[in-house]
Order: sequence, then structure tokens, then C-alpha cells
Amino acid sequence: MKTHSLFFLKSYNIVMVLAALAVLLLHGCGAPPDNRRAAFILIDISGDYASELQQARTLSNYLLANLNSGDSLAIAFIDNSSFTERNVIAQATFDHRPSVASQQKRLFQSQVDGFLDKFRVPSHHSDITGGILLASDYLHEMEAGQKHLFILSDLHEDLPPWLDREVKANLDSVHVVAVNVKRQRGDNNNPREYQERLAGWQQRVEEGGGHWMLVNDMARLERAWQ
Amino acid sequence: MLTNIFYVWSDSPALSLAIWLVICITLLYAGRPHGHQLLRSTGRAIYTSLRLASASIRQLEERVKERNRDVLLAMGREASEKAVEREFHRINAIVERDLSQYPSLHRKLADTLQKIQDDYHEASGEVLLPPAWSEVMDTIASLPTSGDPAVVKILENIQDAVENSHQQSFKAYQKNANERHKILNSMQPEWRTLNSTMSKVQNMLTGLEERSKIIDRHMADYESLRKAEDKAVNSLTASSLTQFFIASLVLVIAAFGGIINFHLIALPMSEMVGGASYIGSVRTSDVAALVIIMMEITMGLFLLEALQITRLFPVIGSLDDKMRKRIAIAAFTILVIFASIEASLAYMRDLLALDREALAQSLAGATVAEAQFRWIPSIGQLVLGFILPFALAFVGIPLESFVHSLRTVLGLLLLGFLRTLRVLIRTTGGMANHLSKMLVSFYDLLIMIPLSIERAVKWHRENSTQNARLEASELDAEDESAPVGPKKRKATSRRSRTVDDVADDLPFNVQEA
Repeated sequence: MKTHSLFFLKSYNIVMVLAALAVLLLHGCGAPPDNRRAAFILIDISGDYASELQQARTLSNYLLANLNSGDSLAIAFIDNSSFTERNVIAQATFDHRPSVASQQKRLFQSQVDGFLDKFRVPSHHSDITGGILLASDYLHEMEAGQKHLFILSDLHEDLPPWLDREVKANLDSVHVVAVNVKRQRGDNNNPREYQERLAGWQQRVEEGGGHWMLVNDMARLERAWQ
Repeated sequence: MLTNIFYVWSDSPALSLAIWLVICITLLYAGRPHGHQLLRSTGRAIYTSLRLASASIRQLEERVKERNRDVLLAMGREASEKAVEREFHRINAIVERDLSQYPSLHRKLADTLQKIQDDYHEASGEVLLPPAWSEVMDTIASLPTSGDPAVVKILENIQDAVENSHQQSFKAYQKNANERHKILNSMQPEWRTLNSTMSKVQNMLTGLEERSKIIDRHMADYESLRKAEDKAVNSLTASSLTQFFIASLVLVIAAFGGIINFHLIALPMSEMVGGASYIGSVRTSDVAALVIIMMEITMGLFLLEALQITRLFPVIGSLDDKMRKRIAIAAFTILVIFASIEASLAYMRDLLALDREALAQSLAGATVAEAQFRWIPSIGQLVLGFILPFALAFVGIPLESFVHSLRTVLGLLLLGFLRTLRVLIRTTGGMANHLSKMLVSFYDLLIMIPLSIERAVKWHRENSTQNARLEASELDAEDESAPVGPKKRKATSRRSRTVDDVADDLPFNVQEA
């Protein structure tokens, strides 16, 4: 009789433990958050900013080191007309296998290095809006949980006369990070111009549904990425 | 608002305060019986209800104590039965191993004894004793010769003949003695064989005797458990707590081993199940690694169960030996497969880590350095990946001890909790009771002025009554010489009760008040 009661108690304990585990499992099986990330880098190759292209290499390497399997990364340059496929230097969605993802990262790095090494002539104009539109399309197409747009530019838009860029970019839930916004000679004479330029872009981004952030120091990129 | 109410009687704060004090004290004095009743009944109600709760907790505590005792005794009985069963198995093994040879041993012993007996009989035949010949020779030599040469010659011849016969018989005696010595010498190895055989038998019997003593001890313990003696229960409790702490320690060590194992296979697992998929907020590769570790532990449990080292699953324990053997082989095979998978994954992890490190160096712009002796950690991880599953498979042994002792420990904790709760409840009830008494006293302190007046009035009234009675009694004494002692005593006693009432009386209801 005692043995039976002991067996019953033991079975009861095991059942209780299993029930607790099941509850924990069910609790953990809620709607899974989308942990995939997508990043797009825009490099301004116009005029004075062309000398800052090494920053693009640093930024792309930083992102390659931080992105994992399932994440997406693309890099494009801003020139006279940026809303075209030819502006895209490299793009990749990393494979779910880490070993394959590493190979993709190497390929991506070599493509960026190849572009930067071959670059010689800066563009006359800078179509930043076209680049943002291109990035917006790419980021929304990826359907990632987190979307980041890094703009390496002085944010001085100089559109050619034939381009119409009166289009509102859809930057819904996109974190737009302006990196290394170089001050121009005119900004030194009138700092208000620089501030107004930054405020104008922030307004445009926020009107498009995005979040604006300025990171002039590359060492603080981690804050933007988090 | 409150200020307005305060100054409703007068603009002077002191006067207002005095008026309010008078009103309050009057109201409190008027409501004294009800106030006392409220405070005391509340205190008593709290005290009684908490006392009731404490009594019910005490009952629960007794039940838990009884249940703990039952569980402990049942566990102890089970352990004793197992120990006795094990000792009987050992005795069976001894009997099968040693005493199964006893017939041949006995035959050998009997043969040796027979041979020794035969040799003894051979050595114990009739022996020619030479000393008699010397006596004959002496007798012949002492015979008188009387100088007759013929007699002398005859005697000499007889002496020679006797001497010859003596020599021959002595030689025969020597030969015979030598043969007997040889026989006795040949008996020596037989004696040794006999001695060693007897030693073997003694050893067997000594082993059995020791086992029987151990069984006696276990049976004494079992008897003590059956009688549910306190000594046995205390011993079991201490043993259970020791088991709990030891098992917990080993389980913590096993948990660390599991964590290391997890980190060894989690990264390469993403090569198999993907590194981008999630179950909830956890990576699928992490879940897969955990599942593999859990499966290894489960296989280890089944293996130990099938080998009857642990008894967590009665279903496996109740299977016949053949089926258990099959389960053990299956569990061991699966365990080996898992260990091989883990070893390959661990090696793959090393390769992936190497690749990742090279990529990180390349992205950082550094030249990729060629690491020397890189094969040592690779082999180390490979071996670790193969060994850890087997190490984790043994977690069933401490787990069983933990599960068994956990029931006792939980029971003791519950008992301790109930005891603490009971003490707290009793203390709270007592405090509530005393607090109500204190509040009653404080209530009286607030209205001490009207109470003093009341006391003075009562005292004055009683004095006048007493004086009137005294006067009346004196008149009666004068008239009738009647005794006044008892009346005086009665008056005194009534007065003293009045004082007590004022000092200590805590009325329970309006009538009493």
C-alpha cells in the first residue's frame, strides 16, 4: 500500500514537472519577433565628399562584422542620378548557414573594395533623394524586422536641372543614420546653414515615417546600430 | 474646512481648543462603555480567530509531519529491502562461484584422506625391534665356559650366529624404517593439499559469515523501520538531507557540463538547422542543441534504468531481463551515435570559429595570421564532444537521489514554513489582545478628569452612606446592643471591589460596563 502511494506521489511529481515545462514551452511559443535586419549604405561620391570614401569601407566592414545569417546588406553610391540599379555596388542576403554567410561577406567586401579602388572621378551633382528612394525600395522589399539606412554624405543635395525629385520617400520604421556629415566651406562662414540643412533632412525623414539620427564620429556607430 | 470647524466656537485658538477638548472628553466619557466594548471585542475577536487559525495550522503541521514520517519510513524500508536483496544476491554469487565446486573439493578431500590413511596403514606394519638381540648376546657372553674348549667354541659359534642374525635383522630393520620414512615423506604434499583445501573451505565459510552479519544488521535496521522508531526516522532524515546536498552539488556540476556541451554544439548546429530561424525568441539552432543534450541525458537515464542502476521508471524495471538488455543496447547505441554527432559538430565549431576569426581579421584590415599548433584545440574539442555525452548520461544517478531526497526536503521546508506561520499568527493574536487592553487604558487616560470626578463622587456618596449606617448601627447598639462587625466587613469588601473595578475592570458589554 505504501509502495503504491509512493509510486503515485512520484508519478504525480513527474506529471507536475511535465506540466510546468509545457506551460513554459507554450509561453515561449508566442508570436516570434522578426529578428532579421536589413541595412543600406549610401555613399556620396560627388565633389568634395569623394575624399571621404575610406569611411565607406570602414562602415561596410563594421556592418559585415555585425550582420548574421538571414540579414541583408546593400551598398550604393550617390551621383548625378542615383535612383538606378547601376548605383548599387553590392547587395546580399546572408545564407542561414554561417559558413556560406562568411563566403558571401568576403565577396561583398571584395566588391566594395573593387569599387573604391577603381573610383577616380567624382560626380558633379549629388542626387541624395534618388538614393534614399532606392534604399527605401530595397529595405521595404527585404521585409526585415529592423531597417537601417546609413548615409555617408555632406547632405548637400545638388540636383541636375532635368531631375524631378518632388517625391515623398516612404521611410516607415526605417532608422536613417547620417554618418560623417562633413561641414562645407560655406558652413564655416554661416553655421546656421549647416544646422538648417540637418534640420531639413530630419524633417523630411520624419515626415516619411523614419527615425533620424546623426553620427559624425564613426566610433559611435554602435549606438546607432543598437 | 477643518480650520473653520476648529474656530466654530471662538476666534481664540486656546478657547476653541479648550471647548473642543471638553466636548471630546465629554463625548468619550459618555461613550466609555461602548468604546471599551468595541476595543475589547475587536481585540478578542482578532485573538480568537488567529488562535483558531493557529490551531488549524497546527493540525496541518501534524499531518505534514506524519506524511513526512511515512515517506521517510517508506523510503527507508525500500532502501533496506534493496540492501538485503543485494546482500542475498552477493551470497548467491558466492555460493554459485565457490560452493558449486564444493563436491569436487569434497571428493579431493576424501581422496587425500584415503591416501593418507593408506599410507599410514602401510607405515604402521610390524617392526623388528633390535634391542632383544643385544640381551641374547649379553646372556650368551655371561654363560660360564668352565674352561672347556668345546663349550667355548660352541658358545662362540652361537655368539657368531646370533651376531650375524642380529646384523641381518638390524639391516632389515633399517631398510624397513627407511621405507616407512619414505612413505611418511610422500604423505607431506598430501597434508599440504589437505591444508590448502581446508583453508579454501574456511575462506568460503568466512565470506558467507560476513555477509550473514551484514544481512543481520540490515534486518535489524529494517525491523527498526517497521517499528517506526524515532531513532530510525532521525537517521533517515539526516541521511536524506546529506543525499540532497550531495546530489544537488553533482547536478550543478552536471549543469555546467551541459552548458559547456551546449556551447560546443550550438554554433555548428546553425549549419544544420539554419542560423536565422527562431522558435519564440530563441534561435532554432540553440533549441536543437538543447534537444540533443536532453536526448543524450534521456538515453543515459534509460541505459542506467535498463541496467537497474537507477529506478526512476518502474515500467523499465519491471520488464524481463531479455527486454531490458535490448533496451540497454538500444540506448547505448543511440548514445554512441549522439556522441559521434557531437564530436563532429565540435570539430566543425572549431573550423567555423577559425573561419569567422579570419573574416573578422580581414574586415578589420589586419593580415590573417597563421596560427601554430591549431590542431591541439581542434582535437581537444573533438574528444570533449565525444566524452561529454557519456559523462552527462550518468546524471541519472544523482538525479534519482535528488528526486527522492527532494520530497523529504520539501516536506521539511513546508513544516518549517507552517511552524513559522503558526508562531507569527499566535504572536499577532496575542499582540492584538494586549493592544486592545492598552487602548482601553489609553481611552481611560484621555477621560481621566471626568473619571476622577466620578470616583470622588462615588467615594463621597459611599462615605455618607457608610456614616449613615454607622450612625444607625450605633443607635441600634445603644437600643439593642446589636453586633456591627459583619456589616463593617461587608462595607469594606464592597469598597475594595469598587476600587478594583476602577483599576482593572475591562467590560465586555454595555451591561457589564
